[in-house]
Amino acid sequence: MSLKIIQIMSNDLRPSEQVYRGLKRAGIDLVASVPCVNLQELLCLLSSDPDIIHIPVTREEEGIGVCAGAYMGGMSPAIAMQNSGLGNSINALASLDMLYGIPLLMVISHRGTQGERLVGQIPMGRLTEPLLKTMGIPFFRPRPHEAEKAVEGAWSLALNEMRPVAVLLDIKFWGR
Amino acid sequence: MRRIDAIAIIAEAAEALNALIVCNLGYPSRELFFIRDRPENFYMLGSMGMASSIALGLSLALPERRVIAIDGDGSVLMNLGTLATIASFASSNYLLVILDNRVYGSTGCQPTCTSRCTDLAAVARGAGVRDVRVVSGEEELRRRLSGSGVVVAIVEPGNADVPVIPLTPEKILSRFMERASSRMRRS
Repeated sequence: MSLKIIQIMSNDLRPSEQVYRGLKRAGIDLVASVPCVNLQELLCLLSSDPDIIHIPVTREEEGIGVCAGAYMGGMSPAIAMQNSGLGNSINALASLDMLYGIPLLMVISHRGTQGERLVGQIPMGRLTEPLLKTMGIPFFRPRPHEAEKAVEGAWSLALNEMRPVAVLLDIKFWGR
Repeated sequence: MRRIDAIAIIAEAAEALNALIVCNLGYPSRELFFIRDRPENFYMLGSMGMASSIALGLSLALPERRVIAIDGDGSVLMNLGTLATIASFASSNYLLVILDNRVYGSTGCQPTCTSRCTDLAAVARGAGVRDVRVVSGEEELRRRLSGSGVVVAIVEPGNADVPVIPLTPEKILSRFMERASSRMRRS
């Protein structure tokens, strides 16, 4: 592999590593996920970490259930997903996490923002923030160098307020 | 077998096994509460379809505890992907009991697809779950509850006349977590 390719790969990895370090600092030990192209490096980091149980689920709502159960068993759970998955998860977020007061860290790849190439991503891209606001789910929108602290802070807030908290990572965040 | 009788058998076995129960919303939770309330029971009040997934997360967090999910055919149909995830990731401490009465019982007994042609045991096997059993008698169900995987228990449609659970969601969660784990964050 040429030096140039290695350099490009490591540049690619940087935002993912920031998020990963934030998850580690927060003490996250179980992550449910549904993939997004922008999450691929993060999901590789999670899968190779022996201290994190990584459960790729078939649908994001299912992941909300797995994370709630993991919390009830004493773990610190997070879900990694695309913002389309927020749409798939709303009832479980409301009538499970918010009803009982169950904290959850949501790491969300926010598609459909500036630079989006796929028209199908635009509607959920526009609806993501309004949906989170309507549900009263606090969210952060860090730049890459702020991501580590933002992810850790989001989990602290989730624990303090016993509710889901989101970290939105838009197209620009990944430098693609 | 009536569903409430199946639930009574599961409640008795769970107590003997010191197992945690995650119970499907609506009448199944009300029947379980009426028959044998324990702090180790997590009663769902919403999020239909999530019982099997909540129990999976719980069983991964607490590998030393037995976890039994009591679910219904309608709720499993709503979250069929869970069977694939269970096949791939559940350990031997996890048991999903699907009480299949062929209807959406809590909403007035509208027929589900299992009343026509869907075979949830075959779906579970196809999803990759290795240990899948179908039971229709009480003794058969009793024998199977110390195992893992998926049990499809065939039960009659109809709900018992039992009251609404008088516990708040917060109370259901806090007392469940106190019993579930010593690795607790809240007091």
